[in-house]
Amino acid sequence: MSDWAIQLQDVTFAYGTGKSHGPWVLQGLDARVTKGQVFTILGPNGRGKTTLLHLLLRTVQPTSGTIQVHGRIGFVPQLFQVSFPYTVLDMVLMGRARHVGLFSLPSRQDEAAAWAALERMGIADLAARPFDQLSGGQRQLVIFARALATQAEILVLDEPTSALDLKNQGTILEWMARLSHDTGLTVICTSHHPHHALAVADEVLLLFGPGETIQGPAGQVLSEPHLERLYGTALRKVAFEHEGRTVQTLVPVYAGVPERQPRHERHDGLLTQ
Amino acid sequence: MSDELVVDPRTSAPISFEPSFLDRSGWVMPLLLGGALLLAMLLSLCLGAYPLPFLKAAQIVGHLALPWVLPENPPWTVEELIVVQVIRLPRVLLATFAGLALGLAGAALQGMMRNPLVGPDLVGVSSGAAFGGVLAMLVGWTFFGMVGMAFAMGLLAMACTFGLSHLVRGGVQTMALILAGVFVGAFFTALVGIVQYVADNVQLPGIVYWLLGSFVGADKGKVALIAVPVFLSGSILMLLRWRLNVLSLSDLDAQSLGVNVRRLRWLIIALVSLLIAGQVAVSGIVGWIGLVVPHVARMLVGPDHRRVLPASALVGALFSLGLDNIARSVAQQEIPVGILSALFGTPMIAVLFWKTQGKGWNRE
Repeated sequence: MSDWAIQLQDVTFAYGTGKSHGPWVLQGLDARVTKGQVFTILGPNGRGKTTLLHLLLRTVQPTSGTIQVHGRIGFVPQLFQVSFPYTVLDMVLMGRARHVGLFSLPSRQDEAAAWAALERMGIADLAARPFDQLSGGQRQLVIFARALATQAEILVLDEPTSALDLKNQGTILEWMARLSHDTGLTVICTSHHPHHALAVADEVLLLFGPGETIQGPAGQVLSEPHLERLYGTALRKVAFEHEGRTVQTLVPVYAGVPERQPRHERHDGLLTQ
Repeated sequence: MSDELVVDPRTSAPISFEPSFLDRSGWVMPLLLGGALLLAMLLSLCLGAYPLPFLKAAQIVGHLALPWVLPENPPWTVEELIVVQVIRLPRVLLATFAGLALGLAGAALQGMMRNPLVGPDLVGVSSGAAFGGVLAMLVGWTFFGMVGMAFAMGLLAMACTFGLSHLVRGGVQTMALILAGVFVGAFFTALVGIVQYVADNVQLPGIVYWLLGSFVGADKGKVALIAVPVFLSGSILMLLRWRLNVLSLSDLDAQSLGVNVRRLRWLIIALVSLLIAGQVAVSGIVGWIGLVVPHVARMLVGPDHRRVLPASALVGALFSLGLDNIARSVAQQEIPVGILSALFGTPMIAVLFWKTQGKGWNRE
């Protein structure tokens, strides 16, 4: 048995078909995702992150090249609104669509699988709540549960921490790491936050542009020169001790922002220029 | 884990892991609505110029349903039997089936289009079917020829609406869909106008009255004409009702969950077109019911389409039957039911809009 979940070989893609296709989004992309790892795809807007996810989900086909997938994919889209206020249990139950015949209703087994997914994510107490009344973080966990209910071996997440507050971003990162390390799921996500990738990813793929990519272990690939080239802005890697462990993170420099003049404290406690 | 992920006791409902069979299957409300519909049908039989007691109407219906159990001395007169069998029962059945069709079609359309603001008359299918209907009248086609023509044109209109709304970047959007429906509806209404223009003096009054929407002239043939599409499309839509939940998510989301979005959408479009074709063929354009009724159904049973579809069908039938009773009893002359449905439907949707705005109805 191979140890990879997804393998892309010489994948090329452009929107449109034939000679009138648009500009290349991906060119000659080779990548390999190891089973049970957290794999993060980073790149500025328009470099093909979302296209790559669509290729993995097979909603679009590559212009050339092969994509091999070992295992079922469960998709966690970006935070979204529902048109109808379904309950959390109804939402998770929809993860069973592949297991329910076209003209059938979900069975007791399907409901049990939905409950099991909710319990695994620790949100069974939300089951009867309307999905649209949950916080962004809770909604994202419900969609994680729905992906688990599909009995997926690979979770594909589209910018899972976007539109979340800091605390919920942490919760989602924690769950990504937990699902991969504790239960052996392969977790693939796109992100706009290199520091999130540094915190949870085992491997990282940087998309500089068509034909220009770098893949490797997060610690090595997420270097200051790589990221500066990727985003066109300087980032610094900093390390510090926190509660007995060394934390590494990435901080943008924002060199273009003018330096603030020093302020002096007045005798009445107010600040002056 | 984060505090925010702890459930708020004020808003969370108590959860039982083993709900009772009735709760789980969600059949309580549909059963109640079904009972109410049967009662309303029997009461409607008593309504009219010829007075008929409820019990007698029920006995006659029992006899008509099971003709071999004829009592020795039937308690009804021949006149009463004829009034029920020939005049009132076909009309009540026609109004009921039309309501079932509109309720089902509305709920299926709203689910499929992820938009609680659409109805058969807003996406152009009613106008398309009306054009098919008048075209059939012009060339002298009746019965299933008329339904076939209404179906073909209704389907064409829906395909146009969907095609137009797809032209907007980023897939199907609420506003684009409604606007496309308005354009397509207006186009087919113009085609209806052309048919009226070329129709001769003998055909024209019939066409005009038919277009206003009415259950006048109900007979066995018309009942069969709508019963077939309702049973056919209705039963398939009922089987697909859970899929509608999945389809009501985004295309990408539904696809990633293993749903063939394109195939399922076209299947539902065809089924809805058939339902509306049947309804339009027997009763002309009866607007607003298909838009209003699914909202009432969701208020009664929640948003899950497993429950919304049967509830919407039954509420639609009750609504249509109630309107027809008003249509044939308040004035000396019958009021076309299409006028009443707009008269009652529009304030209802306005109130619903006011009450539900900002509560998950449409925040695009």
